[in-house]
Amino acid sequence: MTTQAGPQAVPQTTPPAAPLLRMTGIGKRFPGVIALDGVDLEVGAAEIHALLGENGAGKSTLLKILSGAQPPDTGTITLGGDTVAFRSPHEAQMRGIVTIYQEFTLAPNMTIAENVFIGREPGSRLFMNWKRMAEATRVVTARVGLERSPMTLVRDLSVAEQQMVEIARALSMDSRLIVMDEPTSALSASEVEKLFAIVRKLKADGISVIFVTHRLEEVMTICDRYTVLRDGRHVGKGAVAETSIDGIIRMMVGRAVDTLFSGRESATPGPVALEAKGITRRRHAQDPHAIELDGVSLAVREGEILGIAGLVGAGRTETARAIFGADPFDAGEVLIGGQKVSIRTPQDAIRAGVGLVPEDRKQQALFLSLAIRTNLSIAALDRIDRFGIFIDHKKETALVEEYKKLLNIRMASPEQLVGNLSGGNQQKVVLARWLALRPKVLIVDEPTRGIDVGAKVEVHNLLFEMAKTGIAVIAISSELPEILAVSDRIVTMREGRVTGEVSRAEANEERLMTLMTLGRAKAA
Amino acid sequence: MADVKRDTPAAPGFDLFGFLARFAPLIFLVVLMAVFYLLEPRFLSQVNLFNVMRQVSITGLLAIGMTFVILTAGIDLSIGSLLAFAGLVAAAVAKGGLQDRFTVGEDAVGYGWQLAALAAIAIGIAGGWLQGVAITRLKVPPFVVTLGGMSVFRGAALLFAAGGPISGFDRAFTWWGQGYIGPVPVPVVVFLVAAVIAHIVLRYTRYGRKVYAVGGNPEAARLAGLNVNRIILSVYVIMGFFAGLGAFVLAARLNSAEAVAGTGYELTVIASVVIGGTSLFGGVGSVFGTVIGALLIGVLLNGLVLMNVSSYIQQIIIGVIIVLAVAFDTFAKSRRRRA
Repeated sequence: MTTQAGPQAVPQTTPPAAPLLRMTGIGKRFPGVIALDGVDLEVGAAEIHALLGENGAGKSTLLKILSGAQPPDTGTITLGGDTVAFRSPHEAQMRGIVTIYQEFTLAPNMTIAENVFIGREPGSRLFMNWKRMAEATRVVTARVGLERSPMTLVRDLSVAEQQMVEIARALSMDSRLIVMDEPTSALSASEVEKLFAIVRKLKADGISVIFVTHRLEEVMTICDRYTVLRDGRHVGKGAVAETSIDGIIRMMVGRAVDTLFSGRESATPGPVALEAKGITRRRHAQDPHAIELDGVSLAVREGEILGIAGLVGAGRTETARAIFGADPFDAGEVLIGGQKVSIRTPQDAIRAGVGLVPEDRKQQALFLSLAIRTNLSIAALDRIDRFGIFIDHKKETALVEEYKKLLNIRMASPEQLVGNLSGGNQQKVVLARWLALRPKVLIVDEPTRGIDVGAKVEVHNLLFEMAKTGIAVIAISSELPEILAVSDRIVTMREGRVTGEVSRAEANEERLMTLMTLGRAKAA
Repeated sequence: MADVKRDTPAAPGFDLFGFLARFAPLIFLVVLMAVFYLLEPRFLSQVNLFNVMRQVSITGLLAIGMTFVILTAGIDLSIGSLLAFAGLVAAAVAKGGLQDRFTVGEDAVGYGWQLAALAAIAIGIAGGWLQGVAITRLKVPPFVVTLGGMSVFRGAALLFAAGGPISGFDRAFTWWGQGYIGPVPVPVVVFLVAAVIAHIVLRYTRYGRKVYAVGGNPEAARLAGLNVNRIILSVYVIMGFFAGLGAFVLAARLNSAEAVAGTGYELTVIASVVIGGTSLFGGVGSVFGTVIGALLIGVLLNGLVLMNVSSYIQQIIIGVIIVLAVAFDTFAKSRRRRA
């Protein structure tokens, strides 16, 4: 990709490589977290630039700053030589920066034309001029190769076509820089090819593109230059032609891998507690953005912690939810203690001895308006009832006290609202809820998301304790160090398939990252 | 990043807002009664107080059922119509059919108040169950289902009795509406007994826990292994039960059942529940609060009557109070979130 782009390439009059966009020393902190720490990003004119990094490396925050959704705490942004400070996405768009998010922002019940010109409809103040709008729409949709009438409703379009509408909208705003966040994650292989053709055409027209993706092969195919973020800092940049996938992976992972490995002695795992065979879940009409699962098989033994590693969208959470009966699946079976079990609802799973600590504590696990007491005991009412009808207040208090001690939950009283606890203590309440059920298998999805470092260590130790008592634990985490720290064995996933299995002794971040980004489906 | 929050293991200091939020209805009730007493001393006479309580007992019964529904973040607009229909069926049973619907007093022969009460409750439960099935299986929002039910049951009531009233029951029947136990009117006893039972169910049983959990966060309840649909269905059945019971007591009190009975009850009933502090968002509230809410409305209306305020203005006042109560709830909720 060294040849200069087509006839409209920006003339090289300015001093060597004056970039279109230059973000310098961008910093952003949230309470307790430094999201970005002095990040630089440079994108040249008519350049396709890859923005890379693990989950949580700071890509999203950087994009939000670039698109005007959030102001930076420090740093400057120059665009075409002018210093700019966007106070809203609208201002960024006026300056020619348009961001296309993973979740499209189109209105499904409106036409293509209305979506392209939403908020900027041509016409008088009261009435819009449909004819002019349709013509203008046809011009931009033709540029992205979308062969649909401007009057088609967006909900009748495929995901790929909706993406084209998003790009057409960006073109209609005369954008100079289009940011695409994971644009290929919802596309099929042939649709990806089409998207690349559009992106190359944009480049030929002198438009720059920032491309955020986890698929490194795509970076090698389409991008000119790259920037790698890790832990809120930029750790590498350069020309794609001068690096390799391995090199990029090393930069993405980078940290000292010898980080605190807890002194957990390798337990001798017991018999297989849970086995999932060929779990398959297809996309359905009602849920076109759902992540598909394609024959996922895995097994976990009593007293073992099995880690599942994968990037966002790899199907980790979906696998957990399928095994737990939270989402239906189309094919495959679950065996518990060697017996095939029909799991259609969470109740079935719980009856079979499986628990799930879901990834989103507040939305999926907690009753924020209710007391700790209620939150903790809700799944284990059998342990604290009288005559099967009434709740024995004393037994319940004893239950809460038992787990308060066991898990070191810091709370004022069992009547305290769970919404008033810190994230770490909330998570302990959720863990206690499942421990109170005495499960055989416990699946924990992002068990330490959004909780502070001290609580993290406590949660990890709890997982070890559980395994010691013979519970089979499945741990899902976006943080590789966490997966490496807690797991006895690690399964990697990519695009709804299991791509590898590594024992703790053989596992390191590079190996996992390779399997997560490049791995092919493992032969069953 | 709201998770980065310090723990407060020690009991927090006195929270004036929390105290007010919890006891506001009770405080308001006491203040209102004091004001009415100052303006009109007759207000606090025993006769008048029992009068107020008898007036609220029917809508109060319905409000107990509505508390269950609103705790799950649902709503039931059909109760007035269902009450009318159930009342007519009960009346017909009491009179042994529709032939001599106007025969008054002891001459009436029929199947007795026991079967009449059972019939009213059975109709109520059936109506609630049907709506609950539509809500949980067909996934139609409760607002729409019960808005439809409002029309369906009213139509059924009109059809059943050909538009006319059915009146004149024996004394054993009317005792349930007009009788006294000591100085206390029977409907008041029925209301208070039902309230105590409902309070125990919600506070001290597994079932009650599940109602709060489903209302507080249905997805979390599902993932904790609760059968969310069954709980939601059950609260509409309970609502139906109270509509049937209310229908029976109302027919007994008026010695008559008619197809237009209960018109507009949904407003008073929902107002009682919401004023009593039960959140329309679900998961927060109590039967105790609902009883206070029902009494508050009763006292307000009674006091306004004693002060010769037009009933039109009363309607306006009730409407404004509902909106204010919900506004207060929304405000309290946003405060909880920030807390």
